[in-house]
Amino acid sequence: MSLRRPAKNQPENFEFNPSSLEAAKSIVAKYPEGKQQSAVMALLYIAQKQNDNWIPLAAMKYIAKFLNMPYIKVYEVATFYSMYNLSPVGKYFVQVCTTTPCMIRGANKLVEACKEKISEDESVLSNDKSCSWMEVECLGACVNAPMMQINDDYYEDLDKEKTLKILDKILNGEKPTPGSYRGRINNEPENNRKTLMDLKNA
Amino acid sequence: MLKDQDRIFQNLYNDLGPDLTSSQKRGDWVNTKEITDKGRDWIINEIKDSQLRGRGGAGFPTGLKWSFAPKEVGSRPHYLVINGDESEPGTCKDRDILRFEPHKLIEGCLIASYAIQAHVCYIYIRGEYFVDGQKLQAAIDEAYEKKLLGKNAAGTGWDLDIYIHYGAGAYICGEETALLESIEGKKGQPRLKPPFPALIGLYGCPTIINNVETIAVVPTILRRGGKWFASLGREKNTGTKIFCISGNVNNPCNVEEEMNIPLKELIEVHAGGVIGGWDNLQAVIPGGSSMPLIPKDKCETLTMDFDSLMAEKSGLGTAGVVVINKDQDIIKCMARIARFYKHESCGQCTPCREGSGWMWRMLERMAKGEASKDEIDMLGDVTKQIEGHTICAFGEGSSWPVQGLLRHFKDEIKKRNKFDPIVKENKNIPYLVDQHLLDKNA
Repeated sequence: MSLRRPAKNQPENFEFNPSSLEAAKSIVAKYPEGKQQSAVMALLYIAQKQNDNWIPLAAMKYIAKFLNMPYIKVYEVATFYSMYNLSPVGKYFVQVCTTTPCMIRGANKLVEACKEKISEDESVLSNDKSCSWMEVECLGACVNAPMMQINDDYYEDLDKEKTLKILDKILNGEKPTPGSYRGRINNEPENNRKTLMDLKNA
Repeated sequence: MLKDQDRIFQNLYNDLGPDLTSSQKRGDWVNTKEITDKGRDWIINEIKDSQLRGRGGAGFPTGLKWSFAPKEVGSRPHYLVINGDESEPGTCKDRDILRFEPHKLIEGCLIASYAIQAHVCYIYIRGEYFVDGQKLQAAIDEAYEKKLLGKNAAGTGWDLDIYIHYGAGAYICGEETALLESIEGKKGQPRLKPPFPALIGLYGCPTIINNVETIAVVPTILRRGGKWFASLGREKNTGTKIFCISGNVNNPCNVEEEMNIPLKELIEVHAGGVIGGWDNLQAVIPGGSSMPLIPKDKCETLTMDFDSLMAEKSGLGTAGVVVINKDQDIIKCMARIARFYKHESCGQCTPCREGSGWMWRMLERMAKGEASKDEIDMLGDVTKQIEGHTICAFGEGSSWPVQGLLRHFKDEIKKRNKFDPIVKENKNIPYLVDQHLLDKNA
């Protein structure tokens, strides 16, 4: 289990803005009547997106009222799942996968790059408060190892140099292009494809 | 090597585009009505004949699972739930299906829903795959627009709605009952079985849960016949499978191959060989991190299917092959996997919650050579106390890789760990609590 604590400085109030409210209502409609509690995970995502990548306690209280469920149940969910950030992580949230398949292909170099560019410790905001990084467990792109995720996008087939370049870009406020950084197409074996060649050459 | 025309996922590398028009060119959605017109029993029997086994890891026969759904819909509706919470280290096959072959999955959902009489299908996708989930959502919207979903879906007379539910970074939600809890808006902690979800599942209603890959191969099996699928591979281990080959190989990749393919062919032909040559191979994890590793000498002749790996005391699992060469420290690799399980334990039952931490801490020390010889047996003891004493299979899954390490690399650990537990001089190791005894003499 991972230990997760809410941030010390919490905003007083939270409310969905009109576009979030609309999205929330359409999500509640996906589930059978009386089972609106199912929408809690999606609503926490919406709150996180609206509130600069993190969920304050006020948002949990708001969602509890919105879905007519006890606050503690929302708190349980928000603290159980690791993708809900309970404290500010910055506009760009870098997650480096360091589980075994990435580790044996040199994920520690990516961690070094993050330490150099962003902050010495994980989950600490960079000097300009725009980003933070953290080590995470398997992100499910093992054949593209080593890789990292920045907000929603995957950056694959990296090494230290490429990571430094990507981090430079985000520190300048630009969005780097996601995908493989060795120019390979999706998950095919690089320069060694043996299958479905008719389609490749078509 | 499998012939190209026998590959189910023609668009695995996205040569053709994932949209509806190109999917239809590949044969999706062509005669869905003809398939459903043959009736539920025919569909389930055909799947039984194909001997399709679940692709999510456990390898449970899919046709049998579907036949567990109640024959008549009572007061409670039936549900179909698709498990796309792919979080097993070494596995990344479902991601490619979600983004490149979404229509195979959606059509499979329609046919499976018809077979088990469900009108609502939830696809649970891990939160990290948000971008890939959006691609699936686009495909679902496309299908609704062309009346392939919704009322009278694809002209079959069956109504079906598909909704995507995103997870939020919990490995445990890949366990079917934890996944149901998660859809219900709770912490993802597994339920006790029985009752099995086929009778009491989502919202207390009959629910069938299948992996993404399992459902995505169903339409092709029904079109080409269960016999065709059963002719690939070998008895009870039939058909094709997407293998993910990662780790120390020259060309890590996903590839669809026949079941029972030799491991050596998979690595040498498709993945371009082990880095440093075949002789540099140390061990292979054959089916995602929870399957025990297999040392090099057995890799020579090993074939990849459920039963032959079971005979090696390992398993096919999700077919995520992680290749580890001799440049890596095998104990460290396993310690990292133990850390993964420690992090991902849901905390519901004690053997897994506490045991996963113990295993991680012991392995970390063993990797550094700070453990005593007795501790090696103690570690084996811990794994035995986890196995068989947890609520879900994932708890046991945390102990299997460690057992595999002890089975095959015990000598390596013994060689490195000669730590003498009797303290003779001051050492800067915080967990040695008896150091104060030495201070007196000083």
